[in-house]
Amino acid sequence: MRIETYYSHLGKSPTVGALLLDRLRRMHIEPLLLALLLLVMAAGVVILYSASGGSDSLILRQAIRLAVAILAMIMVAQIRLRHLMAAAPAIYVIGLILLLLVLVVGDSGGGATRWLNLGFIRFQPAEIMKLGVPLMLAWLLSSERATPDMTKVVASLLLVLAPLALIFLQPDLGTAVLIGASGAFVLFFSGLKWRYIFGAAAAMAGALPLLWARMHSYQQQRVLTFLNPEADPLGSGYHIIQSKIAIGSGGLFGKGWLQGTQSQLDFLPERSTDFIFSVACEEFGLLGVLPLIALYLAIVLRGLYIAARCDDHFGRMLAAALSLTFFVYTAVNIGMVSGLMPVVGVPLPLISYGGTSMVTLLISFGMIMSIHTHKTQPLYGANL
Amino acid sequence: MAHRPERLVANREFRLRLWVAVLGCFLICGLLTLRLVRLQVTDHQNFTTQSENNRIRITAAGALRGKIFDRNGVLLATNDPSFALELLPTKITDIDATLAELGELIELSPDEIARFRKLRKRLSRYSAIPLKFAMDEQELATIAANQTRLPGVRISNSSTRSYPQGSATAHVVGYTGKISAADLERIDSNAYRGFDQIGKVGIERSYEQQLHGEQGFNQVETDASGRTLRVIKTDAAIPGNDIYLTVDLQLQQAAVKALAGRAGSVVALQPATGEVLAMVSQPDYDPNLFVSGNASSAFGALSSNQKRPLFNRAVQGQYPPGSTVKPQLAMAGLEYGVITPSQQYFCPGYKQLSPNSRKYRDWKRGGHNHTNMRKAIAESCDVFFYELALSLGVDKIHDFLGLFGLGETTGLDIIGEKSGLLPSRGWKQAMYGEPWYRGETLNIGIGQGFMLTTPLQLAVATATIANRGERPKPRLARAFSDPISDERQLTLPEQMPPVVLRDSSHWQHTVQAMTDVLQSPSGSAHRISTNMPYTAAGKTGTSQVFGLDPDSEYGEVPAEERLRDHALFVAFAPIEKPEIAIAVVVEHGGSGGRIAAPIARTVMDAWLLGTAGTYQPSSNAGIRANANSTSASNNQGESPNLSAALGSEAHHAH
Repeated sequence: MRIETYYSHLGKSPTVGALLLDRLRRMHIEPLLLALLLLVMAAGVVILYSASGGSDSLILRQAIRLAVAILAMIMVAQIRLRHLMAAAPAIYVIGLILLLLVLVVGDSGGGATRWLNLGFIRFQPAEIMKLGVPLMLAWLLSSERATPDMTKVVASLLLVLAPLALIFLQPDLGTAVLIGASGAFVLFFSGLKWRYIFGAAAAMAGALPLLWARMHSYQQQRVLTFLNPEADPLGSGYHIIQSKIAIGSGGLFGKGWLQGTQSQLDFLPERSTDFIFSVACEEFGLLGVLPLIALYLAIVLRGLYIAARCDDHFGRMLAAALSLTFFVYTAVNIGMVSGLMPVVGVPLPLISYGGTSMVTLLISFGMIMSIHTHKTQPLYGANL
Repeated sequence: MAHRPERLVANREFRLRLWVAVLGCFLICGLLTLRLVRLQVTDHQNFTTQSENNRIRITAAGALRGKIFDRNGVLLATNDPSFALELLPTKITDIDATLAELGELIELSPDEIARFRKLRKRLSRYSAIPLKFAMDEQELATIAANQTRLPGVRISNSSTRSYPQGSATAHVVGYTGKISAADLERIDSNAYRGFDQIGKVGIERSYEQQLHGEQGFNQVETDASGRTLRVIKTDAAIPGNDIYLTVDLQLQQAAVKALAGRAGSVVALQPATGEVLAMVSQPDYDPNLFVSGNASSAFGALSSNQKRPLFNRAVQGQYPPGSTVKPQLAMAGLEYGVITPSQQYFCPGYKQLSPNSRKYRDWKRGGHNHTNMRKAIAESCDVFFYELALSLGVDKIHDFLGLFGLGETTGLDIIGEKSGLLPSRGWKQAMYGEPWYRGETLNIGIGQGFMLTTPLQLAVATATIANRGERPKPRLARAFSDPISDERQLTLPEQMPPVVLRDSSHWQHTVQAMTDVLQSPSGSAHRISTNMPYTAAGKTGTSQVFGLDPDSEYGEVPAEERLRDHALFVAFAPIEKPEIAIAVVVEHGGSGGRIAAPIARTVMDAWLLGTAGTYQPSSNAGIRANANSTSASNNQGESPNLSAALGSEAHHAH
């Protein structure tokens, strides 16, 4: 039903706001999610301006990235769910092949081999897998309505572990954690029996020593540093100590925008990327960052709500898993800069400077929007 | 609807799990909030104290860039200490007043003030902003004397690149500049923390990895506003490696002088090893201009200069080779059995493809009469090569000349080299979608038409004849030297696929004819053989800049200089144990024999002859004397001889 018809039944003409919302829905853009994302991005640009020491050119580059990512999101939102589902295995397989290629012919930087150079563009195939793994698992498990049978569970585990192992070898612990989490979430929502879930959790705890042995020395160092940062205050503990000082000295109200001494005087390392949340804490204080955390939470809840409203099993598993992965992303970053977790090199989503993960992230929101806006014809007043 | 109940159960289960997830999210958010409350409220006072006492900072410091020397250890690129005037905005209450005060003490140009204001907007408010670079001693003294009156004004010392030989080696050494956005695309930005310069062209660019070094880190104690009080601990930077080039500065300067300001290029190689002894491109520029604070205006002026001084003609200039490729063409004729060494063509002064058609003229109006290969090369007869080219066909010419490295980059170790053009039927079909015409084959026979070569390619092709088939890969870097351990590592000469002929006597016929170019009274470069104490073989070339109307009188000199022919000359000497191969191109120089050949003679003399003007094979005469002990031992890798030579000379330079 067209909005004009709906309002004419009511005997009124539509308001500008109603027309705009209708327009957005027809473009398959979910207005509330879009508004929340834009709010976080806007806050991010303000924080980044300060973190970069007031660099206009850096802000400009970030703005271009954000625009590209939003465009990608809108484009992906146009794809119907069944097309997305049909493409899932292909996306996964291509991602896996590219990950293998990285090990053979990848570009190195900073002690890790993560990039593929196609001549005109250099990118991380692990990014594709951030989408490929949840898509593939949701595709595999979507036919099951109640609980998936054992063969499919084992197949799912293998499908998660294969790319995980390849990414672990690069090495890129942060991305491996995120992809592992996204796979686990799909399994969780597929209806896997609770006893398996608890069993797996116990097994993971048992496997930790093995994982430790396979870690690179710098990864082990990060964990040791996390456990006792003061042991080496000017060495590897430096990052986390300076970050905690930045957060703590910000207090309730913060030191003011562009006034953070920790960030502006270069004490805080990587302040435009991984440690940008500490800059926000130092300059805007607890009362400044709590609303930001609330915004992130709202985005996740909106994603979970969309999953709840979706009556397609593939769609709802995907929406729920992608939303929760986004939450893990955020929580891991905040946890690591505040000293709750080891530093695993996960940027703050939507805010940290850098382009690789931004596009992937917004593509995942494009999928969530598609899930919500394609499922039924919009019924005005009934389904907001 | 048998599935209905099961589906409802599944829905209820899914909802339950969503609620678990929501609960989990709230729990974790609560945990993070508690953590922030702990840091920002409970421990706030503690962290504020720590923040105020935070005095120790880790800063990256760039490494000293490696120096560049010529083959004898003469300094070509080095680092000079330089002092810059910087302002700390946080320490200054009234910037304009400070600027005015400084302006009375020392000279400040409007450009410097404008640049300062621009940087101030761009840089963090806590960083020091440079106002004036390259302060001289008097200015330093003035500022020091008034230091107390000028809070927030300081002098920083650093080093800047300098090129003691200026323009003479500009096109070889290149220059460094500020790291640009484009540079960041191709480097690991972490490795460049603390650096602000990067090699832009020439050796500075292609051996960036060697020259660059590794940055060090300083732990510095600062005051509350970020000013450095003292350095606590230093992880010293590792300076970059020094590079010794194959170029000989004296020979390079001799070549610059011989060109006498004409636009063009001289490339001299050591035939056996491919070492570039001299590589000159004129007009040139002073690379020191790029180092000063006004690099961008200097670059703007140079790049908009109509004479194109930044253009490296030696490797990027593509010229029709003209008659300089006739020796190779004659060899192609011998190799493919199209001619014999004694075979003659009749030259009436022109060639027609059919009666009454267009006349392809010889440079000599009356013609050369009956001409064999030897005479055709010596006198540069065109009609002989028209006939030869027609018999060979363009594809055979393409294949054979390709063996000498024409039509492809030589592999010199600086970037930007052009490949020239060696046409073929297939190339023309792909490029223009047109078949090849016989008239075009005629043009190729005298190195005209589509054919293009760089001066470096001509030098390599000539060295290949000098070596009787061994094609060297030219190179500019001779050795790398670690400035701390003094360890030296030589680069090794590389050979390209050699030219192997069916009958090796063809080399002798060709070299014989090229000797006649100088020795025969009717040779086209006979004038330069006067009083030549060594043997030499060469070939002149005069290549057309544009297509002359075939019926106009050939040899008529166009009034405007830019329409005049390019003058070329290639040569090697001595004939039996060649020590130098050379290519000279003078843009719009006119006749190769008259203009280019004397330049080559001067350069060869400089390399081979002593002050007494005598030549002794592989002896201690000439510029090469210094280099000789090293060149002989080149293939055996590091020799005591070389170390001694490099070492002793290097110390002079330091």
